[in-house]
Amino acid sequence: MTTAQQAVGRASTSRRAKDLGFRLAMLVCLGLAMLLLGVLLVDVAADGAGNLTWNFITSFSSIDAGQSGIQAALWGTIWLMGVCALFIVPVGVATAIYLEEYSDNTKWWNRLIELNIQNLAAVPSIVYGILGLAFLVRGPLSLGPVILAGGLTLGLLVLPVVIIAAREAIRAVPPSIREGSMALGATQWQTIWRQVLPAAVPGIATGVILALARAIGETAPLIVVGAATFIAFNPDSLNSLFTAMPIQIFDWISRPSNDVNDYRPLAAAGILLLMILLLAMNSLAIWLRNRYEQKW
Amino acid sequence: MTDESREREREELPDHEQRGLHQAIEVRHGDSGAPAVEGVEPKRRAAREAIFHLEDVAVTYAAKPAVRDITFDIGRNEITALIGPSGCGKSTLIRCLNRMNDLIPTARVHGKVMYHGQDLYASDVDAVEVRKRIGMVFQKPNPFPKSIYDNIAFGPRVLGMKGGMDEIVEGALTRAALWDEVKDRLKTNAFGMSGGQQQRLCIARCLAVEPDVILMDEPCSALDPISTGKIEDLMLELEKEYSIVIVTHNMQQAARVSDKTAFFTVELGEDDHRTGRVVEFDDTEKVFTNPSDPRTEAYVTGKVG
Repeated sequence: MTTAQQAVGRASTSRRAKDLGFRLAMLVCLGLAMLLLGVLLVDVAADGAGNLTWNFITSFSSIDAGQSGIQAALWGTIWLMGVCALFIVPVGVATAIYLEEYSDNTKWWNRLIELNIQNLAAVPSIVYGILGLAFLVRGPLSLGPVILAGGLTLGLLVLPVVIIAAREAIRAVPPSIREGSMALGATQWQTIWRQVLPAAVPGIATGVILALARAIGETAPLIVVGAATFIAFNPDSLNSLFTAMPIQIFDWISRPSNDVNDYRPLAAAGILLLMILLLAMNSLAIWLRNRYEQKW
Repeated sequence: MTDESREREREELPDHEQRGLHQAIEVRHGDSGAPAVEGVEPKRRAAREAIFHLEDVAVTYAAKPAVRDITFDIGRNEITALIGPSGCGKSTLIRCLNRMNDLIPTARVHGKVMYHGQDLYASDVDAVEVRKRIGMVFQKPNPFPKSIYDNIAFGPRVLGMKGGMDEIVEGALTRAALWDEVKDRLKTNAFGMSGGQQQRLCIARCLAVEPDVILMDEPCSALDPISTGKIEDLMLELEKEYSIVIVTHNMQQAARVSDKTAFFTVELGEDDHRTGRVVEFDDTEKVFTNPSDPRTEAYVTGKVG
């Protein structure tokens, strides 16, 4: 009796110790990641919060740091996101529908398409900038360094993200729904348009918002495509020259600061605003997903 | 079982159960021509017009036959049951009747499937048109993630059916014996219903497009006995207006509701490939009380399968 108890007791303590040790190690890693992020956020907030005023949002950039604001860049970003969204939603969803519903993935060209999409999601963003410069700004389309070119470049950059998210959402719709619809005499397109897509919308919307959240912070492709750094007007059409928030922030950081004109707090305020936007977009995506997710 | 206990049992069971249960019990080995049930009228077996004529039908998946040598007719306003052990191709065959096997890329249908004298698989036949007339109810209830109303209205809408949608929905739900239960909550999500109600919803959905034939692939296997009973009663009602083909694993169910029964068995071919065939096709009464083939007898008496 005593030996059995001892044996059980001994094993239990060492196993529990290991379990506890593992949990502790995981908590330490989590804590480290959170700490780094927290330090960054606190630092930015400390520098920028004071400058994030209504004045800051409504003023244009200026040599005089006291008068400088982010309005042009903010509207530029909004316009860019608009163009980007209008491009990625139909193209991304249509591609996802083709790949999931129509393509026969034993054919080599369909497998090639799939492979390419996975690769494109990993291509560095500056490559997309060069692509935009060569084909959109100059070359065949010659749009010039305008909003349309910038928006489309960003769209190409995040399109693979949308395609992948849309495919996941479409794939999550069970085959039984499609079968039930076809068995009633619906055509394949009617089934997709009236049953599969509506059920996949929450997943697609989440994917689109996350894609835009990625696009909003991209700087390199916009620099290559020709976003201006010093602009004192808001875009008023797809053919406007433009700037964007990451570019503006980069500009403020790059300028030499002195006692008369210190641009660094402006940059901090810009970063803070950008992070608030990002947080809002990601929260919206998560809320949408939780609220409308279909549990089969 | 003594006569008194049988009498008692008969009083307690609902109609369709009485007839079928006794049919199932009365099967005796080597019994020839024994009356199926005492005191209960067997289903009238007048000669029925054949709706489907299957001749040497075979289905292959990637060139491997799943089912072959299928030859029988399905009659109008009858319930035809396909029974047999698992894996013998009953579901594969029933899916041929409304061209649902078209959805499986590797499937090929050979032989003749004639519907009202027309070859269903002729090159000028539109599968969508076929499915309007021949509806299907699946094993696991699969309501759409929409309201009850929109579930029923979906079929008529995509087919462009004329007529007030409200009337169509009410009519379909009434014929499926579901109207009273859901009339106050037509706009609520269909997922909020119980399993039995969901399956009746699927039947109502099928009825809304006014088919000629209803195919049921093990409609009750995911349901509890009470829901099963309700659906069996429903089948007997629907039989008056529609022709029904049902695949079932439940022999008692086949005995209870069907007029004709096809018994499937599976044969092992070369390289251990399993292929299903129809061993016997006859009036249900005969298949269960006096089967011609020893394999049928072994299955219905519960010796195998």
